[in-house]
Amino acid sequence: MHTLTAHEIRDRIKNKELSSVEITKAYLDRIEKVEDKVESYVTVLQEEAMQSAEAIDKKIAAGEEVGALAGVPVALKDNLCTKDVLTTCSSKMLYNFRPPYDSTVAKKLKDADTVLLGKVNMDEFAMGSSTETSYFKKTKNPYDLSKVPGGSSGGSAACVAADEATFTLGSDTGGSIRQPASLCGCVGMKPTYGTVSRFGLVAFASSLDQIGPLAKDVQDCALIYDQIVGYDPMDSTSVNREYASFEKALTGDVKGLKIGMPAEYMGEGISAPVQKAVLAALESFKAMGASYEEMHLPLNEYALPAYYMISSAEASSNLARFDGVKYGFRAEKFEDLVDLYAQTRSEGFGAEVKRRIMIGTYALSSGYYDAYYKKAQQVRTMIMQDFDKAFEKYDVLVTPTTPTTAFGFGEKTDDPLQMYMADICTVSVNIGGLPAVVLPCGYDENGLPIGLQIIGKPFGEAAILNAAYALEKTITKIKPAL
Amino acid sequence: MNYETVIGLEVHAELKTNTKIYCGCINEFGGEPNTHTCPICSGMPGTLPVLNKRVVDFAIKAGLAMNCSITQYSKQDRKNYFYPDLPKAYQISQFDLPLCQNGYVDIVVNGETKRIGITRIHIEEDAGKLVHDDYANCSIADYNRCGVPLIEIVSEPDLRSPEEAHVFLETLKTILEYTEVSDCKMQEGSLRCDVNLSLRPEGQKEFGTRCEMKNINSFRAAVRSMEYEQKRQTEVLSNGGIINQETRRWDDVKGESIVMRTKEDAQDYRYFPEPDLLPMIISDEWIEEIRSTIPELPEQRKSRYISEFGLPEYDAFLLTSSKKTADYFDETVSLGASPKAVSNWMMGDIAKFINDKELEAGDIPFAPAQLKALIDLIEKGTISNSAAKKVLAEMFAQPEEPEKIVERLGLSQVSDEGALMAMVQEVLAQNPQSIVDYKAGKDRALGFLMGQIMRVSKGKANPQVINQMLKEALDKA
Amino acid sequence: MNISKEEVLHVAKLARLKFTDAEAEALAKDMESIIGFANKLNELDTEGVVPTAHAIPMHNAFREDVVTPSYDREAMLQNAPSKEDGGYTVPKVVE
Repeated sequence: MHTLTAHEIRDRIKNKELSSVEITKAYLDRIEKVEDKVESYVTVLQEEAMQSAEAIDKKIAAGEEVGALAGVPVALKDNLCTKDVLTTCSSKMLYNFRPPYDSTVAKKLKDADTVLLGKVNMDEFAMGSSTETSYFKKTKNPYDLSKVPGGSSGGSAACVAADEATFTLGSDTGGSIRQPASLCGCVGMKPTYGTVSRFGLVAFASSLDQIGPLAKDVQDCALIYDQIVGYDPMDSTSVNREYASFEKALTGDVKGLKIGMPAEYMGEGISAPVQKAVLAALESFKAMGASYEEMHLPLNEYALPAYYMISSAEASSNLARFDGVKYGFRAEKFEDLVDLYAQTRSEGFGAEVKRRIMIGTYALSSGYYDAYYKKAQQVRTMIMQDFDKAFEKYDVLVTPTTPTTAFGFGEKTDDPLQMYMADICTVSVNIGGLPAVVLPCGYDENGLPIGLQIIGKPFGEAAILNAAYALEKTITKIKPAL
Repeated sequence: MNYETVIGLEVHAELKTNTKIYCGCINEFGGEPNTHTCPICSGMPGTLPVLNKRVVDFAIKAGLAMNCSITQYSKQDRKNYFYPDLPKAYQISQFDLPLCQNGYVDIVVNGETKRIGITRIHIEEDAGKLVHDDYANCSIADYNRCGVPLIEIVSEPDLRSPEEAHVFLETLKTILEYTEVSDCKMQEGSLRCDVNLSLRPEGQKEFGTRCEMKNINSFRAAVRSMEYEQKRQTEVLSNGGIINQETRRWDDVKGESIVMRTKEDAQDYRYFPEPDLLPMIISDEWIEEIRSTIPELPEQRKSRYISEFGLPEYDAFLLTSSKKTADYFDETVSLGASPKAVSNWMMGDIAKFINDKELEAGDIPFAPAQLKALIDLIEKGTISNSAAKKVLAEMFAQPEEPEKIVERLGLSQVSDEGALMAMVQEVLAQNPQSIVDYKAGKDRALGFLMGQIMRVSKGKANPQVINQMLKEALDKA
Repeated sequence: MNISKEEVLHVAKLARLKFTDAEAEALAKDMESIIGFANKLNELDTEGVVPTAHAIPMHNAFREDVVTPSYDREAMLQNAPSKEDGGYTVPKVVE
C-alpha cells in the first residue's frame, strides 16, 4: 500500500476504497520497518498523524468537502516551518526550535487535508550535496545504503524512494531538490522563482531558494505543484498571476517539441553511464515526435562560482540572526555579549555552514563587494541572457542532473570544492530563476538511478512536466530493495 | 586663530503609520515588552518582510516638502551588524538609491534666510529597546519598536553654528508636522538626531576632520552637545593637537561626550540589496498624487500672514512654526476675529500660559470660537484689556465660556451712559480746579479726571465712552 | 589567491565566529581555493552590465497599512533560551 502514488491514494479515498487511517497506518508501519536503515526522518509525528487521519476520515464520512490531497501522507524538509512542530534545519543551532507559525506551504498542504508524517533530514541549513552535514544523522540512499542520498534535500528524496511518505517537499537553492531526487530515483521539481511562496522557509539564499515537490511520478509532481503554487501576499517576491491545473495539462504528447541539448553539460566530468542514459532519453523523445540538437550555453562554467558568491553572501546575512538570544541553541559559557554571540555561533553551526558564512562575509566586506558580490550579480545577468537566447530557439533544455550516480559517504567531504562540483548541472537554473524537473532516465551498472533534467523557460512548468510525463512512460522504474 | 564650525545633521523621524514597516503589527509607542510583535518583526527564521505602502508615501511627501527629487528607481538594502535590539542582525535600510535626494530647506536665522541642503532621505526600520536599569546582570530586549518605520534625513554640512543647527532642526520638525508624516514627539523618541561637527580655520575651503555625536535625545541636548564639541575641538586645535575622526556618545546629564569608537574600529556594515524585497519604481503620477496632498507649508503660510493680514515677519514666523498654532490662528480668524488681535493674544498671553504650563505649542485648552468670543468682548467694550487677561487665565484653568467667566467675576465694564454720566458729574463737582486747568489748555487735567472716574468706577468704566463724555461735559462746563 | 590567518580572523570577527589557530589555518586554505575559484569570474568583461538581484523582474510589492493582531507574547517567547519579565535576556549591555 505504501507504494501508491498520491493521485492513486486521492482517487481511492474519493471512491471510499481506502481510508486515510489505513494509508497513514501503512506508512507509519513502513517507517517502523525501514527507518533504521534509511534514517530519512528527523521527527516522526506518529500520534499527530493518526489524529489528523482520523479527522479526515470523519470529514469524509460526514460528507463534508475535503481538500484535493485528502488523506495523502506527506513529510516536509526540516527547514519548512511547522507550527509548534520541531523545525531544526538539521542544525544544532535549532535543535529545539518550534516555530509559532506555519510556512505557507505547510498551511496549504494542511488545507489540502494531507497528513503530516514528520519532518525529514537535510544538509545543515540546506548547505551541502549529500546530507552529510546534518547535525543529527546520516541519511542513506535507499538504492545502496553505503551511498549518500544527495542533498541538501537528501531526507526528502530518500523518504520518497524508500516509500516512507507518498511525497515530500524540499527546497532548492542550487540543486537541492533535483540532485538528491536524481540520486534517489525520484521525480523532483524546482519551480520558477516566485511561483511558490517562500514564507516560512528558513532562508539559505533568498534570491535563489525555491520550494518544490519530490514525488514518485510526474503526475504526482504536477498535482502537488497545483496545491502549493500561487501568489502569497506574505512573500514580496511571490509572482501575482493565475495558474491553470498542471496535472490536467499533462497529455504526454511531445510532437514538435524543440529540445536543446547544451554541450557544456555533457562534457568532461560527466560519467559515461550518465551521458549514455541522457542520450538514450533524447532518442526516446525523438521517437515520440520531438526534435533535439546540440547547442551551447557558453557561460555555464561561470554559473558555479557566481552561485557560490551570491548564495554564500546572502546566507551570511540570513544566518546572522542565529545568535542564542531569541530561539534555539545558546552556548553555556560566555564572558559577555560579543562572546555569547561568537560562542553560540561557533558551537551551534557545523563546519560547512561556518565555511559559507565566512566566504559570504568576505565577499560582502569592505573592499571586496564589487569584486565578488557585484561581479557575480553581473555574471548572473549574462547567464540569464544566455538562457533567454536559448529559449528563443528551444522549448526546453535537456541535461544530466548530476555528473555521476550516488557517491559514497565521506568521498567528497574533505574537499569543499569537489562537493560543490556535484551542483555543476543544476546551479545555473537557480541563477536564472528557471523551472526544472528531474526524473529517472535509467540506472547504472550497480542499479543506481540516473537523473535527467528538463529545464524550462520562466513559468514553463507545464511544458517541462509534460515532457517528463511523456519520457516517464518509456522508462522502466526499479524500486530499491530494502 | 579663529575657527569656523561646520555642522551636518542626520535626523531620524518615526513615521505615524498605523502599522510597522514590514508587518501588520501596530505602530504604537509603549506597551508591555514584546506585546506588539510577531514572527516577522522579531526576526523568526523563515519570515519575510512586505513593505507598507504608506511608508513610501510618507517618505516621498517629506521629500517633496523638502524640495527633493524623488528617485524613480529605488531599492532597499541590508545593513548587517550584531546587536541585541536588532533581531535579524541586519537592518533593512537604503544604501545607494534612497527615495529622496538633493533637496533643501530654507531657515531664518537672525532675520536672514539661509538655504540648507538635504543630501538624502531614506526609509528604514527602527530597532528595539534594551532595558538595563532594572536588572543586575542582564539587559532585557523588547522588540515592540522593531520595525517601526523611520525616515533618515541627512543634511549637507551647510550649518555654521549650533544656533543655525537648532533653527534647522526646528524647521525640519515643523515641516514634518505640517506634512503630518511624523508626530515628532521628542520625549517618545520619535525624532532623534546625530550630529557631525568639524572646525576649519576661517577662510579655509577644505573641511576639517569631523566627529559624530550620538545619543542625542532633544534639541536642547543637540545644541549643548554641539557647543561642547565646538569648544573641545577648538581647544585641541588651539593647543596644536589634531582631531581624530571618531564617534562620540553624548551624556546629557554630565554635559559631555565620550569616545564610543574610533575610525579604526569603524563598523563594516556589508550593505547589499535586500533580496526579500523588490525594487520600487515611483511613477510621475504617484509623485503628483502625493504632491497634491501636501498642505501649505510654513514658509508659504508665513508669507500669507504677512501679505494678507499685515502681520510683522517675526510674529508670522512664530505663529507658523507650529502647525497646530497656525491652524488655531487660521480658524479663529476664519470665524471673523481680527487677525492682529488674534495674533497679539496668541503671541502674548496665550504663548506665556503655554510656556508656563509646559504644554506643546498649539495645545490650547479652549476652542478658537472661545478665543474669538473673548476678543469680541473686548471690542464690544464689555471688558477691558486687563479684565480680558483675567478671563484668559480662567479659560486656561477650566472649560468655561468667556461670557460666563465675565459674569461670574463681575468683570464687565460699565458702558451705561446714565451711570457713567453720574460718575463724570460727581468727579467734576469734586475737582473744579481741574476744569479751570483744562480750559487753560493743560492736557494733564484730562488724564487726572479720567483716572478719578476710573477709580470711582473701580476700573469698570469703559474708558472710550467716558473719555468722550468727559470732553463733552468739560466743553459745556 | 592568498588569504592570511589574520584576514580569516578579521572576517570571523565580523561574522561573530570563533576559530582556533588550527581551524583558522585550515579555513584560510579552504577560502583561498573557493575565492580563487570565484576569481574565474574576472575572465568575463562585465563593464556596464546591470547586476541582477532578482531573477524574475518585478517591482512594487506593497502591503496596505492595515493592522493585523500581534502574536501572543508567550508564543513569541516560547523558544527563547533565556527570558525574564516578558523580554529576551542578554548579558548586560554597557553602552
